[in-house]
Amino acid sequence: MKKNLICISCPLGCSLDVIYEPNKIISVDGATCKRGKAYAEKEIFNPERVVTSTVKIKGASIDLLPVKTDTTVGKCLMKKVMEEVFRIEVKAPVKVGEVICKNIAGTGANLVATRSLEAN
Amino acid sequence: MIRKEFNAIVIGGGPAGLAAALSLRNNGIDNILLTEREDALGGILLQCIHNGFGLHRFKEELTGPEYAERYIDLVNETNISTMVNTCAVDIIDNGDSKTVILMSEKEGLVQAEAKVVILAMGCRERNRGNIAIPGSRPAGVMTAGLAQKLVNRFGYMPGREIVVLGSGDIGLIMARRMTWEGARVKAVVELQSYPGGLNRNIVQCLNDFNIPLYLSHTVTNIKGNSRITEVDIAPIDEYREPLKKEQFTLKCDSLLLSVGLIPENELSLKIGVELDKVTSGPLVDDNLMTNIPGVFACGNVLHVHDLVDYVSEESEICGKAASKYIMNLLEKAEEIPVKPGNLVRYVLPSKAETGKENLISLRSMAPAENVTLYVKSGDEILYKKKHRKVFPSEMQRIPLKKLPENCSQLDVYFE
Ligand SMILES: Cc1cc2nc3c(=O)[nH]c(=O)nc-3n(C[C@H](O)[C@H](O)[C@H](O)COP(=O)(O)OP(=O)(O)OC[C@H]3O[C@@H](n4cnc5c(N)ncnc54)[C@H](O)[C@@H]3O)c2cc1C
Ligand code: SF4
Repeated sequence: MKKNLICISCPLGCSLDVIYEPNKIISVDGATCKRGKAYAEKEIFNPERVVTSTVKIKGASIDLLPVKTDTTVGKCLMKKVMEEVFRIEVKAPVKVGEVICKNIAGTGANLVATRSLEAN
Repeated sequence: MIRKEFNAIVIGGGPAGLAAALSLRNNGIDNILLTEREDALGGILLQCIHNGFGLHRFKEELTGPEYAERYIDLVNETNISTMVNTCAVDIIDNGDSKTVILMSEKEGLVQAEAKVVILAMGCRERNRGNIAIPGSRPAGVMTAGLAQKLVNRFGYMPGREIVVLGSGDIGLIMARRMTWEGARVKAVVELQSYPGGLNRNIVQCLNDFNIPLYLSHTVTNIKGNSRITEVDIAPIDEYREPLKKEQFTLKCDSLLLSVGLIPENELSLKIGVELDKVTSGPLVDDNLMTNIPGVFACGNVLHVHDLVDYVSEESEICGKAASKYIMNLLEKAEEIPVKPGNLVRYVLPSKAETGKENLISLRSMAPAENVTLYVKSGDEILYKKKHRKVFPSEMQRIPLKKLPENCSQLDVYFE
């Protein structure tokens, strides 16, 4: 089978021509770096994305703390992650990289802060 | 008015200003001022909470705020003076020194002098006025970047049923963000026959959520009294005239505009900096110095970048050249013009120096396949690279080896 994909692993966005069988990648053409092949493999058999969002924060200079999942999560689980994100509220101070929610929505990924905010 | 003296003043605390200030410091300059009109350093990155930053620079995929924080931490470790809530309102050229008038929330009006000024004010978005859409003037029509700021920094949703006009990256990123936040994004409408934003954003922001992208279409009418209620959308013909017969209507409560960015150069004009007609940024030499000696520019104020990594790299080069200028070490070799040719929308800088390595940035005029990018001096090929695909949304960067002394002009083109 044949498929044309756009690698989203970096903003270069290489166009990949992938030839594959039901459970195996045969060849990937068009990748500028080796991440392209890994992306094609994932994207064909089990697409995953990083979720980025914000959660409420109390006691900081602003009301929202930007967050992300520290690894990719299955595309079909993104919605469940967001539902959980809506419910979370944290207190300042927070350091960038700090875990805000372990194993969010049972995905195996942690939700981490992407900005440091001091208490005021 | 308070008076202050510096060796260098950097205007704008986004990634360009941060990297330029650091580079000045790392190249031996003391007494640097970095000024930012918002309440925090970081620039546009603070509202770009999505990931996709820093792969070239840090070899990992960071979000905007994370990328900014790395640079802010580095700046805070130095003795660079930073002023936030401080807007530069005027620059005056006194020949050997420049005066920058600052309006600071804390200190009031400040008159700051320096030998060097680096412009790093970034860019702003084109708005409805710049593109002229017919119809009424209801609430709910705003730029995608403003929507991004409202959602990501203030937690306020601008609407529930969204149409996006223009397929620039900010519009695409916001289509996904609003979907995640529970809104329905009904369409992204693009006048060109190809997307304005990066391909990766088409995949992960539209395709992932089955949001339709209408290429070669435009919004022909905005309807609604106090609040927008509907837009008319029509395909366009080869003369960009809407085909009324195929027009359709979408209900919506918000129209987000993502129709391009313009370098923010009001301040640059005040001091007499000459602008390039194509990029709307200052005309610079290969040291990224403008026509006014001692005034430099880098980042989005110079030309719109899609990759922050390149902004940082360019700004480091700028800071280094500015430090040489301060130490009177900026030697001028022979300057030759760099000319954009076939399929090249612009090249930057517009001048190169012989006997030196040069870094040239450019964008293509339109998408193309299986083309070769050339840099030639007369008949001599200085650079050649095959591209399977090029898009105007992707900036190309060409590192040129030491230019031969006998070059008289560089021609940059696709074939
Ligand atoms: C929505 C969006 C998504 C993006 N996505 C990506 C991505 O996924 N990956 C990637 O690598 N890049 C991305 N970019 C590109 C990257 O973020 C920008 O190219 C980069 O931030 C430009 O840096 P800058 O410092 O030139 O401008 P800015 O970040 O805009 O900073 C300019 C600063 O100057 C300040 N300023 C302006 N005028 C004055 C004044 N008179 N006095 C004092 N301060 C002033 C402003 O307040 C601002 O803080 C994206 C950009 C946008 C807008
Ligand atoms: S293949 Fe490599 S260079 Fe190309 S988009 Fe993927 S990560 Fe980027």
